[in-house]
Amino acid sequence: MFYREAGQFKTTYKADQAIFPIFQDRMAIAIYLLIAFVAIPVFGNDFFITSMMIPFLIFSLAAIGLNILVGYTGQISLGTGAFMGVGAYACYKLTTIFPDINIIVLIISSGFFSAVIGMLFGLPSLRIKGFYLVVTTLAAQFFLEWCFIRIPWLYNYNDSGAIEVPQREVFGIIATGASATPTTRYLIVLAIVVVMTWIASNIIHGRIGRAWMMIRDMDIAAELMGIRPLNAKLSAFAVSSFYCGVAGAMMVFFWLGAAEVESFDINHSFLILFMVVIGGLGSLVGSFLGAAFIWILPVILRAIPRTFGLDINAATIEHVNFMIIGGLIIFFLIVEPHGLARLWGLAKQKLRVWPFPY
Amino acid sequence: MFKKLIFGAVAVAMVSGAQVNNAYAEDTLYLPSLSYRTGPYAGGGVPIANGFSDYMTMLNERDGGIGGVKVVVEECETGYNSQKGVECYESTKSKNALVYNPMSTGITLQLVPKAPVDQIPVFSMGYGLSATAVGEKFPWGFNYPTTYWSQLSAILKYIDSKGGVKGKKIGYIYLDVGYGREPLPLLEKLSKSMGFSIARFPVAGKEMQNQSSHWLNVRKEKPDWMIMWGWGAMNSTAIKEAAKIRFPMDHFIGNWWAGADADLAPVGKIGKGYLAANFSGIGTDFPAIKDIFTHVLDAGKSTQTTDRDQVGDVLYNRAVANAVIVAEAIMAAQKSTGKKVINGADMRLGLETFNLSADRLKELGLEGFMAPIKASCKDHEGGGGIFVQQWNGSAWEKISEPISPETDVIRPLLEEAAAKYIADKPDWKTQTCS
Repeated sequence: MFYREAGQFKTTYKADQAIFPIFQDRMAIAIYLLIAFVAIPVFGNDFFITSMMIPFLIFSLAAIGLNILVGYTGQISLGTGAFMGVGAYACYKLTTIFPDINIIVLIISSGFFSAVIGMLFGLPSLRIKGFYLVVTTLAAQFFLEWCFIRIPWLYNYNDSGAIEVPQREVFGIIATGASATPTTRYLIVLAIVVVMTWIASNIIHGRIGRAWMMIRDMDIAAELMGIRPLNAKLSAFAVSSFYCGVAGAMMVFFWLGAAEVESFDINHSFLILFMVVIGGLGSLVGSFLGAAFIWILPVILRAIPRTFGLDINAATIEHVNFMIIGGLIIFFLIVEPHGLARLWGLAKQKLRVWPFPY
Repeated sequence: MFKKLIFGAVAVAMVSGAQVNNAYAEDTLYLPSLSYRTGPYAGGGVPIANGFSDYMTMLNERDGGIGGVKVVVEECETGYNSQKGVECYESTKSKNALVYNPMSTGITLQLVPKAPVDQIPVFSMGYGLSATAVGEKFPWGFNYPTTYWSQLSAILKYIDSKGGVKGKKIGYIYLDVGYGREPLPLLEKLSKSMGFSIARFPVAGKEMQNQSSHWLNVRKEKPDWMIMWGWGAMNSTAIKEAAKIRFPMDHFIGNWWAGADADLAPVGKIGKGYLAANFSGIGTDFPAIKDIFTHVLDAGKSTQTTDRDQVGDVLYNRAVANAVIVAEAIMAAQKSTGKKVINGADMRLGLETFNLSADRLKELGLEGFMAPIKASCKDHEGGGGIFVQQWNGSAWEKISEPISPETDVIRPLLEEAAAKYIADKPDWKTQTCS
């Protein structure tokens, strides 16, 4: 009734090819952004912002990064955790070497280090595919984890082997370290995620993204049509690792405050891969939905018994939580193997013809 | 369709989740307990969580709380995972949390910088960042009764008393995380001053149940003594492997996280002779522990389902020791502020002023349970000693008198480490102690 495109005429090719062709969609995006930029900082409490929104946004960005590789280019990777680590350690080294440079600039530039490492480990993808590629990216994961432990220069010879975030200011406001307010950190993370999502969307809908998708759908046909697999695959690895690296740097600087190598272990690679699979391969919305499902849902489930004053053991809650999340993952994948993004699309389609479906 | 239902449910939960924080009662002492009853380290986490909550329940039942105010212990499951630990911290800190006992070095490292900002002290009992012992530099961090560094020096002192350490080769096998790496700089320094050589054997977390290659190296290196900084399943595996290469058990000494009943029970007789450091009493032969039986377990008041056999275990008793120090600090804070319900800042003062003397321990029904601790502004580790215990094949036996750490050697090193920690933190708040 309210969500339909009747009467919205497209008079230019540009309007016809817009990502959000329907006026209501554009309004919805504006409302989401308004909620994210205004309502949440004003009304959200510290716990909601630091333990739910900040990690959710950071994991969404990492999921977008992995989605570029897995969902759009069809190259499976299990090295996401390590690539996030490269970004984090690079940013840490950069800010200790250049303490006066704006931390946001350093966070973005740490993505380039990650991109180079990602390209390096992406080289085998030119010759191998599928499960064999998984093994080489797994090697990247283990090798980089080893580096984070065994090269003390990376953590400035800190006794505990952890990287601790120094205090940095952005335009006179404390942005990192323990004294930074959750709202400041949230807004910086949000701004970076929004801008980078917008850039990702543009890359994907442009020439480069189409080349990736051709490689994914049929690499031989793509080659015959003039797509160079070398460029397409390595650029996918580079862009993907760039996004993961920025996400990793933000994870340490704006969320955790200090990190050991365990923050970048193989479990995180899996976690983000699950976000991508459950959210929907080859979908930006899916990256956000998947991150919300994997990260926010357990936090809410943990809070429910306490909210209703039920006195349940913390461990029992945790066990029940594992079971519910596991069950829901199976449920959603049976109902819609293409992930939450596809469900989202179906819901929108149904809504278009509501209340008079044909 | 169900998509919308789920989103609705999520939205409802979010709104109600946002109100969680107001749900605590005003007239209680709120103590969050970061426990881990799940995950690979649950074997150690369960007795620790039980001991802490049982002792506090006992105080509630027997004395009506501390200073007439009931204690509320709320557990939050961390799974020994730093990220979940921070999440637990964020979700509980606004309920007027008095003190955090992170029960994990990784989580401690995350919380130490947050403590001064949120004005809630972090009490990492015998673990965490050794440098927090320097009270002037770390007003909000505490690690009574002693630090990893002090412990290591005491262990070396024990080795020295058993035939000298000079010219010997000491093997150091450790869990390769922040916890195991923490004593390394000290080991390096002491090896020079005490004149022994070191062989290091790092065990990564995922290899902890598969240490045959590490112990092959041990056999090759032939160290005279082995020191272990292990946790969880690593400990029993290491002892079994040591037995396999016929390493003399009475020359193999674990730190106080590598000497629990849970570690040695699966090893049994072949672990006979294995040594470990400890600082809290063994067994149930203390009036206060007996009170836990009468007031908590027999009365069915245990908020957790504590196994009766578990009471008196090394880790259970250590958690009781942790709870005793917290309770004493609360009492000291109540006395000095005159308030019954205190906050984190008062608690910090309490942690700097309590005096757990031998007489006081006797009064508490814990005579000889732990070394007396006198808190001070300057010294946040209390200089407590350790003792050495030995596994007799089925139980632990205390075999040494309290060994005091080499404070005069350790203290300057701790101060150096503390200065290094705060060097790149321009806004770090220090304090001056008179």
